[in-house]
Amino acid sequence: MKTLVLGYGNPGRLDDGLGPAFAERIRLMGLPGVEVESNYQLNIEDAELVSRYGHVVFADASVDSAEPFDFRPLDRHAPMVGFSSHSITAGSLLGLAEALFGSVPRAYAMAIRGYEFNGFGEHLSPAARNNLGAAVEFFGAWRSACRDG
Amino acid sequence: MGTRKIVIEPVTRVEGHGKVTILLDEAGQVSQARLHIVEFRGFERFIQGRPYWEIPVLVQRLCGICPVSHHLAAAKAMDGIVGVDRLTPTAEKMRRLMHYGQMFQSHALHFFHLVSPDLLFGFDADPLERNVIGVARKYPELAVQGVMMRKYGQEIIKATAGKKIHGTGAIPGGINKNLSIAERDGFLKEIDQMLAWCRTSLTIARDYTLEHLDELADFGSFDSNHVSLVRADGAMDLYHGNLRAIDKDGNRIFDQVDYQGYFKYIAEEVKPWSYMKFPFISSLGPETGWYRVGPLARINACDFIDTPEAEVARKDFLSVTDGQPNNITMAYHWARMVELLHAGEKIRELLHDPDLQGGDLVLKGERRGESVGLIEAPRGTLFHHYKVDENDQVTMANLIVSTTNNNTPMNRAVEGVARKYLSGAEITEGLLNRVEVAIRAYDPCLSCATHAMGRMPLVVELHDAAGRTLDRRVRD
Repeated sequence: MKTLVLGYGNPGRLDDGLGPAFAERIRLMGLPGVEVESNYQLNIEDAELVSRYGHVVFADASVDSAEPFDFRPLDRHAPMVGFSSHSITAGSLLGLAEALFGSVPRAYAMAIRGYEFNGFGEHLSPAARNNLGAAVEFFGAWRSACRDG
Repeated sequence: MGTRKIVIEPVTRVEGHGKVTILLDEAGQVSQARLHIVEFRGFERFIQGRPYWEIPVLVQRLCGICPVSHHLAAAKAMDGIVGVDRLTPTAEKMRRLMHYGQMFQSHALHFFHLVSPDLLFGFDADPLERNVIGVARKYPELAVQGVMMRKYGQEIIKATAGKKIHGTGAIPGGINKNLSIAERDGFLKEIDQMLAWCRTSLTIARDYTLEHLDELADFGSFDSNHVSLVRADGAMDLYHGNLRAIDKDGNRIFDQVDYQGYFKYIAEEVKPWSYMKFPFISSLGPETGWYRVGPLARINACDFIDTPEAEVARKDFLSVTDGQPNNITMAYHWARMVELLHAGEKIRELLHDPDLQGGDLVLKGERRGESVGLIEAPRGTLFHHYKVDENDQVTMANLIVSTTNNNTPMNRAVEGVARKYLSGAEITEGLLNRVEVAIRAYDPCLSCATHAMGRMPLVVELHDAAGRTLDRRVRD
């Protein structure tokens, strides 16, 4: 069953780039059956994308998750959030995939704790880098367990 | 009545929120309503010292919603830095295709994702239903249409910019790739369907506006000046042209202004209660010189549209106001759908142009130290102004983004809605909904520079004359 890792965030805004950085690290691992995408944010057309996978891991920076990261299943029917942004939440995206394309993956949120967001710069804070390493290590083990199971 | 200083709270991660404060006078009537959009102003400093050729890629970090617009505006400015005033046909047409792809996906996304729930369910519908999921449940064909139009535009961006994120297609003096035959044929297969959907979208926006014209004419509407680029012959041109400003009646304030000298015509005012500046037409001053940009302004300002179906739609649009500029805020949606159709027609026209397969991609001229790039981004006119030293490093950058141009109009719209719909000392659901709808008409980019998963609130606060908070509601 194919797995998609979808990392999102702005790599030009310090720790906001944790999601894309996670996606890039997973891509470099070259895990069989794992495909990787990254973007600034989730968009509605991603509903069609995720509907084609069995598992999807949404990776994003978090301001308040547990350290070093929080990994948990996602509710596919979470209500729509958003006042004027063009972004969409992962939960809403899953609901949209089911409503429009009749297929919804098992989905998980990988929320990696970040600390520095108020500035421009294409680097992660040292603490965020450590958290990223822990998240990548966890994902490798989780993926192996999924395949073995 | 005393005055009260309103302080914007420091913002941590979440750049992309809108905060509205409504101030009552001693009689309990609205004396003032303000929209605070937090804009991070450090970006211009961030790019100082960077080599000029990096800038078209680097500026895409500014915005997760319209990186292509920043990419192209910066590339146009850097064309000037490398001394190129006219690109090769292949380079210009590839950039135009990229830009129309961006316009197409952005307008489709805004209409289907954000606006259609308001129009289909009504302003007073439960927000839990009045959203894209609600549309997907009740009007699944329409929702699929929106997703697929967005995807089509994104694929055009990928084919022209190299990738969807951090595209590198436009470079100083040209472009770094052309469009392959296979890419072209893939887009041509779908273009007729896309145009059919554009017509459907236009009909929805048009019919809604006409059916609710009396209500909408009084909904956050006001007379204003309008600014946009137009071609030398007065046609709408979203990629390149000269600046035109008109007043509420269509009289020209300035016309065919070379945007390299925009700063002689446009100034920016700073107000203590907002991080975002307030641009205005210099000759009129800040009180009366503020203006609107974006689809409504562009339709009002141009003399015609050079694609047949959009031109018919433009005439139909202006017939509502007897050919005069339309100053109805909610007419932005109809104007946006006219532009969606125009973008679709332009994409079709370009796909049939063999210049897109040309190999002459880049030009070089005599190096200059200063240049301006302007583009009509989906939300309106976008200004990029740079100075570059003899070491090729950027020493000055000034950006006026589309949402900043619409700062005063958005404040006016919010104040108008507050005056009309506030009753008593409570922020009702109806008021909150209408404030949301009025701001949304401008399609503001509230999430420039960073996104925030699940945290994109609209905060509305009501203060009495003494500054006490009477009510506070959050829409997230």
